[in-house]
Amino acid sequence: MADQARPRLQDLMGSSAQAAEGGAPPARKANRRKRLVPYGLAAPSVLWLLVFFLIPTLYMAFISLGSGFLGNIKFGTNFSNYVEVLKTYDKQFIRSVIYALIVTFLALCIAYPLAYWIALYGGRRKNVFILLILLPFFVSFVIRTVQWQFILADTGIIFGPLKNLGLLSKNFHVLSTPVAVIAGITYNFLPFTVLPLYVALERLDPRLLEAGRDLYANKVTTFLKVVWPLSLPGVFAAFLLTFVPAVGDFVNSQILGGPKTTMIGQIIQTLFQTNFDYPHGAALSFILMAFLLIGASLYAKVLGTEAVTSAAAR
Amino acid sequence: MTDHPNIDPAWLRGMTMRRMSRRDLFKAGGVGASALSLGAILAACSSSDSSSPAASGSSGGVDFTAEPAGTLDFANWPLYIDKEKVNGEVVRPSLLQFTDQTGIEVNYREVIQGNNTFFGKIQPQLAAGQSTGWDLIVITNGETLTRLMTLDYLVELPTDMRPNFDKYADVSVKDPAYDPGNKFTMAWQSGLTGIAWDPKQVAELRPDNPTITSMNDLFDPAFAGKVGMFGDNADMPNLTLLGMGIDPTTSTPEDWNAAAEKLIAQRDDGIVRQYYEQNYINAISNGDVAVTMGWSGDIFQTNLSGDSEGLQFAVPDEGAIIWTDNMMIPKGAAHPVDAMMYMDYVYDPDVAGQMAQWINYITPVPDSKAFVLGLFDDTGDEYYKNVAESPLVYPTPADTAKLSTYRVLTEDEQLEWNGIFQPIYQS
Repeated sequence: MADQARPRLQDLMGSSAQAAEGGAPPARKANRRKRLVPYGLAAPSVLWLLVFFLIPTLYMAFISLGSGFLGNIKFGTNFSNYVEVLKTYDKQFIRSVIYALIVTFLALCIAYPLAYWIALYGGRRKNVFILLILLPFFVSFVIRTVQWQFILADTGIIFGPLKNLGLLSKNFHVLSTPVAVIAGITYNFLPFTVLPLYVALERLDPRLLEAGRDLYANKVTTFLKVVWPLSLPGVFAAFLLTFVPAVGDFVNSQILGGPKTTMIGQIIQTLFQTNFDYPHGAALSFILMAFLLIGASLYAKVLGTEAVTSAAAR
Repeated sequence: MTDHPNIDPAWLRGMTMRRMSRRDLFKAGGVGASALSLGAILAACSSSDSSSPAASGSSGGVDFTAEPAGTLDFANWPLYIDKEKVNGEVVRPSLLQFTDQTGIEVNYREVIQGNNTFFGKIQPQLAAGQSTGWDLIVITNGETLTRLMTLDYLVELPTDMRPNFDKYADVSVKDPAYDPGNKFTMAWQSGLTGIAWDPKQVAELRPDNPTITSMNDLFDPAFAGKVGMFGDNADMPNLTLLGMGIDPTTSTPEDWNAAAEKLIAQRDDGIVRQYYEQNYINAISNGDVAVTMGWSGDIFQTNLSGDSEGLQFAVPDEGAIIWTDNMMIPKGAAHPVDAMMYMDYVYDPDVAGQMAQWINYITPVPDSKAFVLGLFDDTGDEYYKNVAESPLVYPTPADTAKLSTYRVLTEDEQLEWNGIFQPIYQS
């Protein structure tokens, strides 16, 4: 779809440019209208982004250089805000990135076989299986996380009986540990991993697999030489779609975490909503945003933008 | 007959009510931290005007001699007023009675789920000099209240319209340190921050001394991994200071650092299981912690609701923190006279008793005890007797002598204070 639209749009722009140079008046009029069409179509989303993204973002950029609390914020040029937050919260920052990397890796390990099986062996029920994967996610994010708190409770439905049987020590617990946080985030972001992988695998031409077999490749070789390379764009997209939100997650560590599992999203949230320290909160947000933007573009550069965006666009 | 809702009120209150941060559960729904509401952004936007409030006169230009308007828009916390079920419909008896007596219709909404979050919601209107839509709001003493007062967002209350308050209010809520002379606020209910503990687990973990009496118990290695602390900038620091024999209200930055050192050691030695917000009540009910900082009303209600296994609340030997939720009129309120009438109305001992027997926090009207005992005489229901005799609803003078309040901080101090304590629970 996008591939077809693009040249047409270019033709349109090109011809209207020509027309503007020296076409006949009526044609020029029609062309001008034509030329405006793409802008008109883009206008709502541009306006939307302008009002709800660009202006607030610029405003936050100003605030990040200010001082004081909500209700009494003074504008300034306190670039030191950035240094301060980075110094104070470096641990949480690094931790968030490490957690997110582990989460993304785990999610890929879980999601790939899942997506593979549904795409290749799902048959007529493919959509049902995808729906089943998505079904739990119709429930609020927070509620699902709180349920994990219930399931993983020290004397809850899993660990209670095991402890009573003496299979686990009394002090064993999963809640309040990094394990719980990472497991929680992995669970919560799994659909973001499954869907792009599924899309990539689903488009796989089965004839290619047959061809592999015809050429005496065994199943492993077929997978490594045919399936895996063709699914790579999906893997790249899944990586980004999982990693980026996982770094900024602030729910799981709060609900499932313990004394030393705080993530950067939680800090930003506290700075804004509890401390009303908008300048420092904004500074930290921008650092996170910059990190993710630079990281994502480097990632895209190394792996090729085409691969990532084309998989994401499907 | 009081109808207690099917949901355990302590649980729901634990989930929704207390101070710092319903934010996590209710604001969290997948919204990124950068996705602040436009309102909040605009709020900050108009902040520069706030130093020169448009309002004139000490009470914000409010004429309290005017006739009541017949309407009152009242924002309060969930589960914080008496309720009954009449013919399948939930009613609030004390509000009905107020309407009967005065003809003022009360639009009561349980919209406050956190001091800070609520402040964040109404701040834009207050900064712009517009009405927040509320005539009466309830805010805990502490950072948010101080901010509301210093930004001049509250209406000064007339002193000649509160006969009940003058006559019946407990000394502890008259002329409080956070609002000298009750210039802007009148207490709604108070509560204690102390130690909640599970006798079964404590006996198991420390058989030689199976009772919790001291703040030091929260630092006892015997409970390693089974201790809950509040993860906030109010209760955790203040109660810790108190436990060190320091009066929080007059504490110095050196004291804060000393307290921080103690708290960091407690954390790094693995004694702290988790820093909780309102969800500590679940943690202790689930057996995740044996000892935790807690709020008095929650424990009292959990026990009364019957599903407790005898949770205890201790006022530590070193003392406990008493906090007070206060009624106040935000500037721009459309019906301030009605609000003022209501604020005094709740200090009528019978009204206060009717509310206290349901709310189970500390009532600001000690004389209301007679009403609650009267309910016991009328109905024979032990529940009322328990409430009337509970030191957590009607504390004795000996109890109150051991109580301290939060440190009142200036903006600069607050920044320093937060910088010392926040990294402890968000490490």
